[in-house]
This record gives sequence, structure tokens and C-alpha cells, in this order.
Amino acid sequence: MNLKVKNNKAWFLVLPVLALVAFSAIIPLMTVVNYSVQDIFDNSSVFVGTEWYREILNDPRLQSSLIRQFVFSGAVLLVEIPLGILVALMMPKSGRMASLCLVILAMPLLIPWNVVGTIWQIFGRADIGLMGAFLNGIGIDYNYASNPIDAWLTVLLMDVWHWTSLVALLCYSGLRAIPDAYYQAAKIDQASAWAVFRYIQLPKLRSVLVIGILLRFMDSFMIYAEPFVLTGGGPGNSTTFLSQTLTKMAIGQFDLGPAAAFSLVYFLIVLLVSWLFFTTITHLDNKK
Amino acid sequence: MAEIRLEALAHSYLESPCKPEDYAIREMNHIWEQGGAYALLGPSGCGKSTLLNIISGLLTPSEGHVKFDQKTVNGLEPNQRNIAQVFQFPVVYDSMSVFDNLAFPLRNLKYPKDKIDQKVKEIADVLDLTALLNRRANHLTADEKQKVSMGRGLVRDDVSAILFDEPLTVIDPHLKWKLRRKLKQIHEKFNITMVYVTHDQLEASTFADKIALMYQGQIVQFGTPQELFETPEHTFVGYFIGSPGMNIIEVDLKGSNFIFDDIKLPLADYLDPAAIDILCKKEAPNLKIGIRPEFIKITNNVSQCDNQPCFECNVLDIENLGTYKIATLQLGQQKIKARIAEDAFVPTEKAMISFPKRWLKIYLDEYLFREKNL
Repeated sequence: MNLKVKNNKAWFLVLPVLALVAFSAIIPLMTVVNYSVQDIFDNSSVFVGTEWYREILNDPRLQSSLIRQFVFSGAVLLVEIPLGILVALMMPKSGRMASLCLVILAMPLLIPWNVVGTIWQIFGRADIGLMGAFLNGIGIDYNYASNPIDAWLTVLLMDVWHWTSLVALLCYSGLRAIPDAYYQAAKIDQASAWAVFRYIQLPKLRSVLVIGILLRFMDSFMIYAEPFVLTGGGPGNSTTFLSQTLTKMAIGQFDLGPAAAFSLVYFLIVLLVSWLFFTTITHLDNKK
Repeated sequence: MAEIRLEALAHSYLESPCKPEDYAIREMNHIWEQGGAYALLGPSGCGKSTLLNIISGLLTPSEGHVKFDQKTVNGLEPNQRNIAQVFQFPVVYDSMSVFDNLAFPLRNLKYPKDKIDQKVKEIADVLDLTALLNRRANHLTADEKQKVSMGRGLVRDDVSAILFDEPLTVIDPHLKWKLRRKLKQIHEKFNITMVYVTHDQLEASTFADKIALMYQGQIVQFGTPQELFETPEHTFVGYFIGSPGMNIIEVDLKGSNFIFDDIKLPLADYLDPAAIDILCKKEAPNLKIGIRPEFIKITNNVSQCDNQPCFECNVLDIENLGTYKIATLQLGQQKIKARIAEDAFVPTEKAMISFPKRWLKIYLDEYLFREKNL
């Protein structure tokens, strides 16, 4: 017997949300999809099918910036995650010092991306920058404007400076959520500090780390302002990441079709990697 | 294996305690003998867990000594004391299997692999965990987890004592008695000193040979369940043990009688002359009398009172609890509970009650007044 009462008026209640989502997400996205399959002239357009997709996927400029992007995001995660955990482990557990640490850690997070870029642009300048001039002063040849490796490391350092706090704060909250009984039990079981980290703290940090890794991956994969402010993507193309390549294509050259196709591919990559990561982790968790 | 001795032990969470109320544990001397099964019983906040944590070394006492077999261990960390502790909420390392959980303390102690295998299997067998050895610990039920936590304490050969901090709180009632029996078996098998903290008198008396009852940071009585029931050393023991607890009535001493409201109890019926002499010399003594509901004699006429002072009271309520009844009686301004056995006389409106000499306890400043000790 079907006890469900059918009342189609209920759909009206969903309508406002539907409209909001449509205008903020679905319609813009569909516009991009529409652009990506057409060649647009001043007032007319021609349907071109998958031509733009084939073109951008074979574009060496794009392929190299995609590789750069993955290497960059990988490096960001490799540095920021362990460093964030380490900072969280070393923070005081309670009292005034803990609050002070939290405030200091939160500060970089409040600074806008382009300001961070400007700070490091000046800080790293070989002639007047505190860091740049100092490094050159002690005999290390450092110049982000001419040396691709220096530029690369500077962008990485900038990101680490800006965002390690986020990982540290997440881990700190995760660590605080571990009941004292675990540490007491570990003491009684004669566990070493490493065993406590490996078997208690790390497993308990799992869920915050998943969030941290996802956020840092997505964010670093879309990095734009920092390298743009620092060197404008140079020297050469060494710090030109995906978003900058895209912007150049869409706004600089006004290639709307290929840019739209590129955006969609970009979007799908972020989605796919995040999904793969997330399902693997949750899958491992449910095993046995 | 060890005897645990507490000498002049006191602990305060404050930095400079001065009043007795500042202490979570007030100065105490106590001995837990090797191989005994003890319960540490008391209401919430009386200092049970503090005392337990001091014994295991998670807390350092502010005064006094903890000695294991005559050796002071105050400064030693828990891992140097060879003590196992089971907590209120089961602690399992959830990324590990049950086997790895049980093996964890042994691996930390760098036992050889075959020895670990053998010990873990032995303990899993005792605790009925063999079938679960390969399961991940986070998928276990609460009682299985608690068994794993106990197991981690038992696998080590070198533990001198196992401390339980209300280990059955989160366990389903129908599994409680099973686990409690398991504990008892383990105690008999391994002959380890066990101290079991609880606020449940039933749990304490089924597990322990001897119960230490704590109140306001002190052990007010240490004895067998029967001793605690029959001869409470402190009014709190009377109140806390038994259901319902002891009837405790504040009394004055006037002439040769205990007096409360307008009721008179002749001293000579309950105390010998020497004791009366001592009591009468005290100035405005804080006196209370106590009698267990089980020991109040209820009759319907004076002739059955066996020459004891007999009082008429109103019956306020009779509560039928199946095999016995609890009567609430009004005597003067006091409400007195009395337990009526299954086939005994049940009063309706009025009843005569008397307090047998053997079971009427007299408390001076809350502690039991004893004739011979004074």
C-alpha cells in the first residue's frame, strides 16, 4: 500500500533554491559548454563540435603548464602537510601561549593573495629586498626575475608561508579532539613518542588531513595571483600555471571557444583528482 | 606482582592548598595487598579516579609516598611502574587490528615475535577474542573494545597491578555481569592485584573481596562487603551502602536518654556505663544514631518488643518490591524506612517498632562510637 501523499505544490518550495542555483552555477556553466563547441565571430557563430577540445589537448603550451601545475601542487602538498602537522604537534596545548600561537598562525590566512605576492616580490628583490639582498650578500646567487628555479622556489615558499597555517590549524583542532585517555593508555602501554604519533595521533588526524589535502590541492591547482604579481609568469614560462595560461587565452587573445573548452577540462581535472583521492581514502577506511 | 602502599598520601589540584576542602585526596595511609581484588567505591567527585591515577603514575601526588613492595615510585612514570589501567571509555588503537592492539605493549617492550604470538593468543583465548583477532579494532562493539583494553593490560607478564576506572560504564547491562565474571576469573587465574573503581555498590561487592569506601577524599572504611553493611564506620557508609540506606537520626543527649523530637531512647539499653560516662563528658556532642531498614523490628503490639524500648509510629507508605516491602514510617518528625521480609507482618495504619541493640549504631562526629576503643 502506498501511504505517500502526492502533493505537487511542494515543488514550489524548492523553486527559489532551484532558481538561485540555476543563475549562479548551471546557466554560467552551460554558457561555457556552449562556447566550447562553437566558433564565435562578432555577431555570428558556427558549430565546431569537439574541434577546440582536440586543439587545446594537443597544445604543447598547455601540456607543459599542466605538468608544471601538477608538479607545483605536488610540491605544495609535500611541504605543507608534514610541516603543518609538525607545527600543530609543537604548539602549546592550552593557556595564553596557545591563543597567541593561534592568532599568529591565523594572520597569513587573512592576507589577500595579491598582497602576499607583492610582499614577497619586494622581500625577494635582489637589490633592495630583505631576503633577496641578504642571500646575495652571503654569496648565494638569487634572482627570481632571471633564474627560473629561484622564481619557482619563491612561489612555492610564498604558498607555504601563506597556507601552512591552514593545515596547522586543522591539525591542531584534530589533535585537541583526541581524548586524554588515549595518551594515558599509550603511556601505560609503554609506547614511544613515535608510536604515539604513528598509532594514535596520525589515525585520529585522518579526517582533518583529508580536508586539508583537498583544500590545498584545489587551491594550489588554481594558483593565479602570486606568480602573476611576482614575475607575470616568467622568467620565460617557468611560473606560468594553468589559470594564467587560461586567462591569457580568454582575455589576452580573446579565443573564447578554446578558452571555454580549456576551462571545462581544467574543471574536470580538479574534480577528477579530488574525487579519486577522496574515494580512495574512504575506501581504505572501510576495508575490513 | 606487588603490594601497593600509600603513606601519608595527599593530593591537591591547587598550587597552595590550605583548607581540607582544597584537597582532592586528604592525607591517607593504606595498603593494597598483593593478589587482592579490591573495589574503590564512592560517589562522583570523591577522589576515586584521582587516587587511581596517582597509583598508576598519571598524576604525581602533592604529598606523601606511593610504594610498590617497599620501593617508593612517586617519581616514576607509568611505564616504569609496570601497571596496567583500564579506563572508563574503552581505548583501542583503531587503525590497528585486535591482534596488533593486544601485541602493542609487547612490541613496545621489544618482545621476540614468537613470544608475542603466544601471549596474544593466550590472552585472546581467555577473553574470548580469538575469533576477532584479525578484525580492525574500530569496528568492534563497546564491550569487545573494553575487552581489548583489558587484554592490553593482561598480556604483559610483568604487570604488578591492574587498575580499573569504572570500566563497565559504557557496557550494555546484559553484558556487564558477563564481563564482571570474566574479570573475576582472570583474577583467580593470574593472581594479580586488582583495584576496581566504581560508584555502584553492587558492582563493588560482586567483584571485590574488600571494598574501600571513599568520601570527600578519604577512605572512610575498608572492609568486606558484609562489614560495610553491618558495621558502617561512618554515617556516610551507612547512607551509601544498602538500598535504601541506613536510617540516620540526629539525637541530643539529655539526662540518661538519647532524645529526638519527643522520643526518648534510654542510654542504658544500648551502652554500658563506662561508655555512657565518656559520652556524657563531651560538651554538646554531635551525636547520631543509625539503624539499617533491614534490622528494624516491626510488630503490632508492645508485648513482642523483647523488652526493648518500643515506639508507636504512623505508617505513611508501603512499597512492594516483589520479594520484600519497604515501609515508610513516621516517628516523631523523622521518616524511617524499614524493610519487611516476604512473609512478615505488614502493618496498616499504626505499627510498633523497636531498634535491636546489636544493630543500633551510635555515631559521634559522624564516626562510629565504640565502647571498647575509648
